[in-house]
Amino acid sequence: MAQHQVNSLANAGLPVALTTVDKLVNWGRTNSLWVLTYGLACCAIEMMASGASRYDFDRFGVIFRASPRQSDVMIVAGTLTKKHAEFIRRLYDQMAEPKWVISMGSCANTGGMFNTYATVQGVDRVIPVDIYLPGCAPRPETLQYAVMLLQKKLRKRSIFQKQKPKRLV
Amino acid sequence: MQQRNRLEPYFENLVFEREDNTMVVNFGPQHPSAHGQLRLILEMDGEQIKKAVPDIGYLHRGMEKMGENMIYNEFLPTTDRMDYIAATSNNYAFALAVERLLGIEDKVPRRAKVIRMMLLELNRIISHLFWLATHALDVGAMSVFLYCFREREYAMDLMEEYCGARLTHSSVRIGGVPLDLPEGWLEHLNWFLNKLPEQIELYEGLLTENRIWRMRLEEVGVIPPKMAKQWACSGIMLRGSGIEYDIRKEEPYELYEEVDFDIPVSDRCDSYGRYLLYMEEMRQSIRILRQLIPMYKETEPQLMAHAPEYISASKEDIMTQNYSLMQHFVLVTQGMRPPVGEVYVPTESPKGELGFFIRSEGEPYPYRLKIRAPSFWHTGILQDLLPGHYLADVVTIIGSTNIVFGEIDR
Amino acid sequence: MRPYRPKDNVQKKSYYTDRFWVAPRIPEEPVEDEIFKADLEKVQESIKIKKAYIQRGQLVIFIDAKDNVQTLKILKEECGYDILSEMSAIDYLAQDGEFEIFYQLLSMSKRKRVRVKCRIKEDAAIESVEPLFRSADWSEREMYDMFGIKVNNHPYLKRILMPEDWVGYPLRKTYPLHGDEAAQWYEVDKIFGKEYREIIGPEQRDAAYISTTDTCNFARIYHEVPRCADPNSEPEQIESFNEDAPLVETFDLKKSKIVDKTR
Repeated sequence: MAQHQVNSLANAGLPVALTTVDKLVNWGRTNSLWVLTYGLACCAIEMMASGASRYDFDRFGVIFRASPRQSDVMIVAGTLTKKHAEFIRRLYDQMAEPKWVISMGSCANTGGMFNTYATVQGVDRVIPVDIYLPGCAPRPETLQYAVMLLQKKLRKRSIFQKQKPKRLV
Repeated sequence: MQQRNRLEPYFENLVFEREDNTMVVNFGPQHPSAHGQLRLILEMDGEQIKKAVPDIGYLHRGMEKMGENMIYNEFLPTTDRMDYIAATSNNYAFALAVERLLGIEDKVPRRAKVIRMMLLELNRIISHLFWLATHALDVGAMSVFLYCFREREYAMDLMEEYCGARLTHSSVRIGGVPLDLPEGWLEHLNWFLNKLPEQIELYEGLLTENRIWRMRLEEVGVIPPKMAKQWACSGIMLRGSGIEYDIRKEEPYELYEEVDFDIPVSDRCDSYGRYLLYMEEMRQSIRILRQLIPMYKETEPQLMAHAPEYISASKEDIMTQNYSLMQHFVLVTQGMRPPVGEVYVPTESPKGELGFFIRSEGEPYPYRLKIRAPSFWHTGILQDLLPGHYLADVVTIIGSTNIVFGEIDR
Repeated sequence: MRPYRPKDNVQKKSYYTDRFWVAPRIPEEPVEDEIFKADLEKVQESIKIKKAYIQRGQLVIFIDAKDNVQTLKILKEECGYDILSEMSAIDYLAQDGEFEIFYQLLSMSKRKRVRVKCRIKEDAAIESVEPLFRSADWSEREMYDMFGIKVNNHPYLKRILMPEDWVGYPLRKTYPLHGDEAAQWYEVDKIFGKEYREIIGPEQRDAAYISTTDTCNFARIYHEVPRCADPNSEPEQIESFNEDAPLVETFDLKKSKIVDKTR
């Protein structure tokens, strides 16, 4: 484990801070990613573990929400079955723009080991995915890394950029 | 920007005004306290439930079909994903079923048996801690969730130290266990066992006499013994109704005959009684684990059963003996061919009676593999249990049945 | 020539079996156990038993399909087998055109388990045992869902695991593991409509399939190319890739310190 000192005041150059709107908005967005708990199967347990005591997701500004209307990110944790596919699309459509999707675990990425009649072979057949997170089940650290990557992705995005439709598959 | 799709707004389930003055509420399948993907269609009169129809199958992944298309050893990791909170208990139930089918149950070496029991009881603790965490969270005690997860992580560390995985262990093989305990594992286990009882006391201090906790749990979800039998309840759902039946005691497997432990029973029949049982079972698991540590030290170092027809030889033999290598090759590529026949083997998983029914036709692939998952019936009982309760009690009852959707839908 | 594959059983089979290999059988022991013997005699008084033996410590009774409720009633009320812990079916359509249905019973007082088995034809229906054992409610629904076995007098015979509009019965041997066409396009048809089949494309079922030139299904971070573009094209230049986020300092290994204790 590594510890290092964060000198935030010196870095931000208080008391006067000059910044761009992009930076300011992205700073706000990246540090308060509220996620929709889309716990479907085994990965949901690891998602809960990453929210709980040891891994403590709150320090990333990640707070689990139960309602799609309050959340920015959807973490699809677990196997998506054909019976459920309709509901994930419904809830995705209910989320407010801008929104992102992290597909957690092999089952959500590709169907994983469940190469059967009942599972959707990859959640990206139904909703567009931003980050694919491998593992079965991924460790909480992996999920945290995925969130950090998503933050990285958000930071390089201009807020005035016109949104392109995200693609499926 | 969205893809256009055909999904229409969805109001069929949500009819507010009906002729008989009841309201239909859809609960799930994606509800944070539905413990997975349970969908309940509740018909309500005011706040009271008149009729409840559980709808399952949202996590049906076709495991039984997969089992028919896989050789026995291949299927073992799939069982991890059934009851993913206590994965080893599934691995073990499957391994035991195949061992009994092969008739090599007695050939499993003693050290493997001790390690298996350790892992099983550790998994029971993990599962019960997880149950307490989520149940308390559902009922409204957030801090218990954080405390329980802290201790659960220590237990997960132990599992990780043994097999390398946190959640999906695959730590049992057909005919034994793959690995011996790593160095220092027993000391770590001992540390954990010394730490846990005081933590259990902490949870009990927070909950047992807590006025809100008691008001939310007492007289909620009462399962009379007759109903429990009708619905084939098992595990704590059964013992919470005053029927003393634990497969570890009544139909013993492994070394459960040799260790000394009690089966807690409560005749309160309600959620609170079941909560007390969970706490007591954790203590009993600690007691079993304490007895296993000296038992482990007395055993011979052999880990896998010697049954060359079905089980590969040890790695050392495979590398040095020609015939062992050939046998290993056949077993890996073709799979073992059990005798023709069928077997149903029950085990006591943390959720209840977990059984595997295997029909073999002498092929390397099982002809039929039926998994008897306890949670399946514990969900079914909801349709008889919920009517008469209030909407707020639904979460308590779902929590106290301790259902896991991986094994309900399979 | 393409190898012949029988259509009545599409499950995976071993590709090599020794010509002279005879599968051993688990011995079917005669019923000598006292408790089982008494129970068997009690059932025998009113039911015709085709075969009965003990296999791996559990009594197995074969009966006619029409006697199933009566047999379970005797076992429950007179012999104390009051828990139906499991019931389902086995598909023998390819061999005999029949399903084999089994009921796994448990007596808590005697600590004994009995398996009652009966066979029915493919289009026949079986009588529900739900009035005797409430747990059969869901088991029979599952059996109907998975095998298409009709159950008479069941209170609510609907699919339980698969969606209502599912085609086919998944656990039959004729049903492929990867599903039939309706199954493979199920979610696309339902959410987007059939016209989207071409856009989304068929399911990728081969777990080992990887194409290095495929830019339709893979994209690398920092090197995103438009969908289905030339894989060798230059990656788009990212204009403002801002690593120095406010309030976050770049990690410096020299300033950090390794903690030796984790707990």
